[in-house]
Order: sequence, then structure tokens, then C-alpha cells
Amino acid sequence: MTTWGLTKVRVRFRARVALDDVDVSVDPRTVTALVGGDGAGKSTALRALVGVVVPERGEVSRPARELIGFLAGQNAVYNDLTVDENLDFVAHAYGLRGTGYERRRADLLDRTALATARQRLGGQLSGGMRQKLGVAQALLPKPELVVLDEPTTGVDPVSRLELTRLISHAASEGAAVVFSTTYMSDAERADLVVVLDDGHVLLTGSPDDIVRGVPGTVWASDAPPSGVTAWRRQDAWHFYTGGSAPSVSATAVPPDLEDAVLVAAVQHQRFRDVGVSI
Amino acid sequence: MTDDALAFPLDVANVAKRFGSFVAVDDVSLRVSRGEVVGLLGANGAGKTTLMRIVLGLLRPDSGAVRVFGDAPGRATRSRLGYVPQGLGLYGDLTIDENLAFVARAFGRKPAKSSDEGVRLAGRETVEAASLGLRRRTAFAAALSHDPDLLVLDEPTSGVDPLARAQLWETIRGAASAGAAVLVSTHYMEEAQNCDRLILMRTGRVVASGTVSDIVSGHAIVAVSSERLDDVFSILDADGIDCLKSQHELRVVTAAQPLVAQVLARAGVTATFTTKPATFEEAFVQIVTETVAVAS
Repeated sequence: MTTWGLTKVRVRFRARVALDDVDVSVDPRTVTALVGGDGAGKSTALRALVGVVVPERGEVSRPARELIGFLAGQNAVYNDLTVDENLDFVAHAYGLRGTGYERRRADLLDRTALATARQRLGGQLSGGMRQKLGVAQALLPKPELVVLDEPTTGVDPVSRLELTRLISHAASEGAAVVFSTTYMSDAERADLVVVLDDGHVLLTGSPDDIVRGVPGTVWASDAPPSGVTAWRRQDAWHFYTGGSAPSVSATAVPPDLEDAVLVAAVQHQRFRDVGVSI
Repeated sequence: MTDDALAFPLDVANVAKRFGSFVAVDDVSLRVSRGEVVGLLGANGAGKTTLMRIVLGLLRPDSGAVRVFGDAPGRATRSRLGYVPQGLGLYGDLTIDENLAFVARAFGRKPAKSSDEGVRLAGRETVEAASLGLRRRTAFAAALSHDPDLLVLDEPTSGVDPLARAQLWETIRGAASAGAAVLVSTHYMEEAQNCDRLILMRTGRVVASGTVSDIVSGHAIVAVSSERLDDVFSILDADGIDCLKSQHELRVVTAAQPLVAQVLARAGVTATFTTKPATFEEAFVQIVTETVAVAS
């Protein structure tokens, strides 16, 4: 089995280094989640992986173009084409035709609950339906490598469940799947999570590994403590200390993936603020 | 102003709205009190956006009443209302400062420095050159610049990272602490848990309301464990059973255990089943798809 991915990749857009020394490994039958905010480098990493961005340095491993399925963000659907026409257009680009294609299309329409919307124009679809159609387009050629840029952003939980199932199904068929997200509830269903910030990989591991790897203690308090970055979780404020006891009354809590990613982001921000390069 | 209007800046009573034969909002009632953050949730097409447009005064309801500060939505109520649309409503070719000045003058105020340091420091950057996180903070600064008493936020943190999301929610909670009533639509658990109260809509109607705990209460899923987890997923998936695969288990959201056990037994796969409390998202899916919750 071939592993696809990025090794020590650096991407520069003029003076700005968008990715620096980034490793992302995407294995067959596995779902990898790329987590990070706007500007973290998620889209650039995915674009470097599919070949639309050329790195200044490092190596990219990917299958032949016709074996890659790619959802490039929120605008993958043609507004003036129907659902069927959007799929047909992509199918032609991949050279798919005949009963094999028709069976594949019917299966994906069924899985995305779009079978009753085949004649609707792309511009008339809801946000969730558009994203499902975009992912269906990416999966159409049964690609070896599936690359999805924020497939679940702006999508309601019911459509998100369908998309998650679709992604797991692609992996169970043997594909290597990588998707980007800003939401930990999506990331914790992946086999491997890569946390990016400011063009750097902060953490890589299974969701369990990342949670187990939180250094120090995450605390919950009723009021936000002063002098440290705290984040609100339901009725409490969570914050992190490296080892020292907190200055306010607080209870140690077992961190979850959201806490773990926030701790990493806070630590990275602290490094940046004091000018330490990582 | 009546006591009710003071206590509840937003009061929606039995509102309905049709577009032709399509019922977008059907007999919806909700109130948001001062200092309260109410989350509006629903699948796409549930009626959230139509309801928000009615509250903003952009659509008139066919029946029922909307009271914003005790009056029907209109020009007078708009001046006390802050709105962050999904598309953010900023001018891409103006700088951040120019956008804020434009909004301030539209509300008859002098442009003032934003309390958000990040927005202040990037004031000369054009909006189209700014990151999404910064654009969202600018939209918040614009919406809050006239100290509104009611904030209407349409998926306010979509696409921003957890730290930026936590910071934007501090802004929202800060506005509520200062007395504003907040109505916020969202699709995400991470946002829902920051609301005081949630309202779930399906096909135009309110189908559940309360805190996250209230809504999740009584909802459960079937967790399936097996040494052949990939096979279990493929079998259940092929049978059309909704399931979410995570590291150690499959979580079956919309089917009961006997059916799951039957499908796996037929395929000759051994598995163990545990009934577990549903997450908020799973409870949401069960409510919206009208799947009976598995007894916990």
C-alpha cells in the first residue's frame, strides 16, 4: 500500500511562508483530519498535495491525477447546471461513462440523499446539499486519494452525518482520505489528526494520542482567571497551566480534543509573542 | 415601554410565513430576555433564516406578532439592533476602519476606535485582504459599534479556529453581560454549548427547546464494538444504517439495537453493543429525522 502525503514541505507566497517544514501522511483506508483556523495553512497543504500549489522545498507523494478526487472549498458546484449535469460534467473530465458510471452516480445520489433533487439547479440547493454534491463529485471516479477542503463547513448536523458516513465509506473502499475542518467534533471521528497553526504542524496523532499528549493540566473555573488565556466550555472557563497550581479556585478536568488543540494553539501563540521560533 | 418589552427585547408570538404553498415558518413563538443568549438550530430549510429575516423586519409574517423592544420591527427598532449576517455584510474594497466608520455614520454615530485590539491594529487593511477570522471580528465590531440591545447573529463563527471562536464567544457573552439579548443561529455543538437556551426547528416548527442537557436528555445511541470494526461499518453502511465511525467504536444514531444485531448476525460478524448517551449532535439528528431515541 502506498502512503501519500507531504514531507518537509515549504510553500511561499511572495514574502509570506504559508507552510514551513510540514509533514502530513495520508494512508489508504484511513481518514486524516487537518485542523486549524483561517490562515493556518490547511488549504495550502491540501492544494500542495493535489498539485495545484508547487512547494518551494520538500516532497509531495500523490497518485496520478485521474486517481485524485478533490473538493476545493465551498464553490465546487456550478450554479447554472442541475445536480445531474454537475455530476456528468465531472464524469466527462475523468472519462467516466456507460453503466458503470450510471451505477456509481446512482449510489452517490442515494448516499447523499440528493436522488430527489437531480433536476434542481446547483444555485437552488441549500448549503448542505451543495457540499454533499461537491463531495459526491470528488468521489465519483473512486479515487485512491480523496482530498476535501472543509467539506462540513456551514452544513447542518443531518447532512454532516451523511457526509461523515460517505467519507468513512470511501476509506472502507480503500481510499486514502484527508479533509480539513475547524470543528473538533468532525476531527475526533478521524483516524489521524494533524493540527496546523501559522503554517506549522503543532500536533500529529490519533485523537486519543493528542488528548493524552496534553502537557500540564487543564482546569475549569466559574470565572475567567486573569493573565492566562481561558476558553469558555458550556458553563465553565477552561485554562491551562504547565504544572503550577492555578491562581483562582479551579478544578482539574480531563481534556478533550478541543481543549488539547486550544492548549497547543495557546502555547504556540505564547512562543510567537515572545519571538521564539519553533 | 411595557415591563414585558423591557424584560424581553425580542418577543415572537405564533408567527407563520408561507412562500406560495411552502410553509417556511409555522406557528413559532420564542422570547429572548435581556442578557440571554438563545441559539436557533435546525437542518437546512428548517426556517431559521426566514425567522431571522422576520425579526430583522426584512419579511412580514403572514400571521402572528413580532415585537422588538415592544414595537413591530422597523426603522426605529433597527437602530437598537446589531446584525452579523453569514456573509458578514462588509465592503471588501474598503479598509476595516472605513467599514466601521460607514456603519457608525449609518447609525448616526461618530466613528470610534473598536475595543478589539486586533481590529484596531489592522484598521488600514482592506477587508478583502484580511483573514476570515479578522473579517468576522470586524463584522462583530461593526454590529456592536452602536451598543445594540438586541444582537442577531447568523452562524457567527463559521470557519474560524477554536481559539478565535472562543474569543468571538467572549465578545458575544460580553454583550449579553452588558444587557443585550442575543439570538444566534448555529449548526455546531461547539457554539450551542455557549448558549443559555436552545431552540430546535424542523420544517418551520419548534420541535425542542431548553439547555443542551435538556435536549440531550433521554436520547441514546447504540455503540458497536468489534475486532472487525471496518467490516462492521461496511455491513451496516451497505444496509443503509446511519453510523459514525470513530477510533474504537461505531455509533449507530438512527436505528435500534435489535435491527443492528440482526444485520450483523446475518453477516456472521460478532460484536458487542452498548447503549450510550447521545451527543448533542446525535440527539439533534434523532429529533430532526424523527427517529425514536433508543431508550437509555
